[in-house]
Amino acid sequence: MPDLGQARRGVLGGVDPSSGTGMLAVLPPLSRLIFRGRISTIGRVAAAFGVEPAMEPCRASVSGERAALWLGPDEWLLLARESEAPDLIEKLTVALAPLSFSLVDVSHRQVGLKVSGEHAALLLSAGCPLDLDRQAFPIGMCTRTLLQKTEIVLWRIAETAFHLEVARSFAPYAWGFLEQAERDL
Amino acid sequence: MLLIDCPFCGKRPELEFRYGGEAHIARPDDPSEFGDKAWGQFLYGRSNQRGMHAERWRHVHGCGRFFNALRDTTNDRFAATYKIGEERPALPEAQGAVEA
Repeated sequence: MPDLGQARRGVLGGVDPSSGTGMLAVLPPLSRLIFRGRISTIGRVAAAFGVEPAMEPCRASVSGERAALWLGPDEWLLLARESEAPDLIEKLTVALAPLSFSLVDVSHRQVGLKVSGEHAALLLSAGCPLDLDRQAFPIGMCTRTLLQKTEIVLWRIAETAFHLEVARSFAPYAWGFLEQAERDL
Repeated sequence: MLLIDCPFCGKRPELEFRYGGEAHIARPDDPSEFGDKAWGQFLYGRSNQRGMHAERWRHVHGCGRFFNALRDTTNDRFAATYKIGEERPALPEAQGAVEA
């Protein structure tokens, strides 16, 4: 059986992250889990994961290097360091044992991109129909939305910085689009 | 761009949504007790309303949830959105009226 860990290649392998004026960056690999469950399960997730998932719609809660992003009324995206996924799945499964829930490892399904700089919101507006003004989309807000033709998870991590989660197969498209938008700024 | 008020996420651009057909059509509890004609009506019979129409929408590129909406089919205005399972809200006459 081939060692898949050895064979793993970045989907943006050919991309030079230093291209453009530096507003775009590829984030290092992360552990990504999609958790779905009723409100009654949240306390146990908070205890096992170390971050209390936000109950307020479209908000992310962060603690250290871990984050829980609200994606829907019963759906959260849990982010952690790359190597932590297997341990986290075991811990959460044990903690939630008698309750019904769904926990899926999507670490390799998507790629993290970062858009930062004074004009980050303007750059994203080239393809994202949301109002990205700091009043309408404050720091800590996160949501699934669209970037031109591809679905993304958009998360404002600072006044002038956004974290994007793009499906792996659409990452070259999203990168190309953002690069073009950066040139057109 | 047309903004649709998702009951979970608030006002969001139309692009993020998908239409889900007429709302409040309940699946029969016991299909085997249902005659062919009634079954055909359940599958295909729709009110094709001119004016205020209760319909399902899905915030597919957002929270992913289905919800119901009241939309005027003559001018594409959304009068109300509400969660699945909630009663269809009553609208003031003026708002619900259809021009002849």
